[in-house]
Amino acid sequence: MAKMTVARAMVEVLKSEGVEIIFGIPGAAIYPFYDALYDSDIKHVLVRTEQAAVHEASGYARTTGKVGVCVATSGPGATNLITGIATAYMDSVPIVAITGQVNSSLIGKDVFQEVDITGATAPFTKHNYLIKDPKKIVKVLKEAFYIASTGRRGPVLIDVPIDVQMQEIEFEIPKEIDIPGYKPKEKGHPLQIKRAVEAIENSKRPVVCSGGGVIASGASQELQILIERQKIPVISTLMGIGSIPTDHPYYLGMIGSHGQKEANLALRQADLLIVIGARLADRALGDTKITDNMKIIHIDIDPAEIGKNVDTNIPIVGDAKQVLSEINKRISERKDFWAYEIKAQKKVLPDDDKLHPYDVLREISRAYNGDYIITTDVGQHQIWAAHNLYIKEPGTFITSGGLGTMGYGVPAAIGAKFGRPDKEVISITGDGSFQMLLQELATIKREQVPIKIVLFNNTRLGMVYELQKKRCTGRFIATCLDGNPDFMILAKAYGIESMRLESKEKLKEAIEIMKSHKGPFLLEVVTSPDEPTIP
Amino acid sequence: MKYTLSVLVENHPGVLSRVAGLFSRRGFNIDSLAVGVTEDPTISRMTIVVNGDDYIVEQVTKQLNKLIDVIKIKKLNPKEAVERELALIKVNANSQTRSDIIQITEIFRANIVDVSKETLTIEISGDEDKIEALIELLKQYGIREVVRTGLIAIERGNKVISKSKSEEDE
Repeated sequence: MAKMTVARAMVEVLKSEGVEIIFGIPGAAIYPFYDALYDSDIKHVLVRTEQAAVHEASGYARTTGKVGVCVATSGPGATNLITGIATAYMDSVPIVAITGQVNSSLIGKDVFQEVDITGATAPFTKHNYLIKDPKKIVKVLKEAFYIASTGRRGPVLIDVPIDVQMQEIEFEIPKEIDIPGYKPKEKGHPLQIKRAVEAIENSKRPVVCSGGGVIASGASQELQILIERQKIPVISTLMGIGSIPTDHPYYLGMIGSHGQKEANLALRQADLLIVIGARLADRALGDTKITDNMKIIHIDIDPAEIGKNVDTNIPIVGDAKQVLSEINKRISERKDFWAYEIKAQKKVLPDDDKLHPYDVLREISRAYNGDYIITTDVGQHQIWAAHNLYIKEPGTFITSGGLGTMGYGVPAAIGAKFGRPDKEVISITGDGSFQMLLQELATIKREQVPIKIVLFNNTRLGMVYELQKKRCTGRFIATCLDGNPDFMILAKAYGIESMRLESKEKLKEAIEIMKSHKGPFLLEVVTSPDEPTIP
Repeated sequence: MKYTLSVLVENHPGVLSRVAGLFSRRGFNIDSLAVGVTEDPTISRMTIVVNGDDYIVEQVTKQLNKLIDVIKIKKLNPKEAVERELALIKVNANSQTRSDIIQITEIFRANIVDVSKETLTIEISGDEDKIEALIELLKQYGIREVVRTGLIAIERGNKVISKSKSEEDE
């Protein structure tokens, strides 16, 4: 056993977990860890605010399937992580967040830059730790990676006081992790699977609602086998977009208050709803009464999600990939795809001389043929993207679905590009969201991250503006973003190439310029404030 | 309706706040929560009394199960469990009322654990109804203070809830 400091041991465990990249900002309470990092091969990306560090780790995790790691100092550094941690929790993204803490003898005394970060993040971390015993650091870090990346994935935070980081320990990595209270159940119950098969075969109008869990478990192929064999139309939640290709003949679109008409119509007409890896939150389902007259099969690795929002007839706790494989072994062939009629009613979008966001998004889809990773921010552009982009592969549409965090898109794109440098990464954003974390342009410049940013600029907080237009009879308050900067000059200040698109005739040319540009690029699309979310 | 949950948790600092926090943020009401270390010093047992319907108890159980520190949860059937609560009741007592209070205490098989010129402090253990009944009787003398532990419960017979027998999980 080698002797080393806790800080050094932390770096050694990260290496043993295969960590290649960390996003963060140093501070006085975390400097021993940073000093130990100096001697390692782990790349550190210096962000401009800690919130971006979590989002970048999230983008990295969601594109690679690995655990994303971010680091911050105590106090404000740690609290700046909170929004990103909550975002990762809601979307089940595996993150390990490491925070420095004040000297253990000073904890609880409200000293400089002290905050109870484990207390603050307990409601929205999968688990968290405050390390008081230096000997526990190795085991805790191993546990953190295990907890973050198994079962329903999620963020884990480890708070390490500075004096603990500097203490010497005997370094030995435990071979096995055994946490008595944590035994994720991956295999579905055979009897429930049998009941599910019977229910599917006996239904007349089954519908699959595919959520983010399908993507997280890598169950897309199994899902396609099931729906093609049983000819079941698929609707998805925002998080489930990409779980099957959006041009699949059985895919009807996203459900919910901002969903597609044909998807919601199919849901209303179904006699059996097969929910896979989704929690059916209010935005997805709205009125839960619509499920009153249908049978529901709910497959989820998190038992707490089953029956939480809607009553379930056949609950199946397990990993979506495993459960679907078992169902597929037993399921028969069906002849008719009942939802063809619904699909035929698909709305045709207006085709006029104006430059609409859907024109831009469809041109991006055409130009790239779905060979990209898309990240979005939150707002009208997010819904435009969800409805109009061609998403070919699972895990290539990355968005803040659960918490709806503005500012997520650009940092997530940076993380995604580090995770998948072989892929084109395009961040779709709006002027409201973009300005929440635009300091990350500095990270893009410093690291020369060749991402593309498509910025829909309607000088509004568009989603709320639209709401005020409909619900408050046009009493607009605090939704006009007068004072927006000139985004092209801003991009120039960071050494990023840019272009402004204002007319439809320049559309193809603009996308071509963006596509052929080698480095980072900002395409600002001037958009009417009255462009609706759903045309 | 009231439900009693027996919950085994790892004996770590902060576990109680995680459990209590979970209840408040999910909007569940705890009637009582009693916690103490078990025969295994690394494990504590919480006895939680929840007021609600089947849906609430199912959700409470599932959400508690999500906590990494929670090892096992069992919903106790009141008919198959011994349930006890401990209360300390400080009641006004003067020369005229003192003997009446002592008589009542004896009937309830409670103990007088402290005496002053103006008060008696009574210790009683039993189920919730028994304690309520004693408090009700003592009210006429003027209750100064009541301290209650909340319910603790254990299954009757040779059944045990241990961390090794996962099939007993509810």
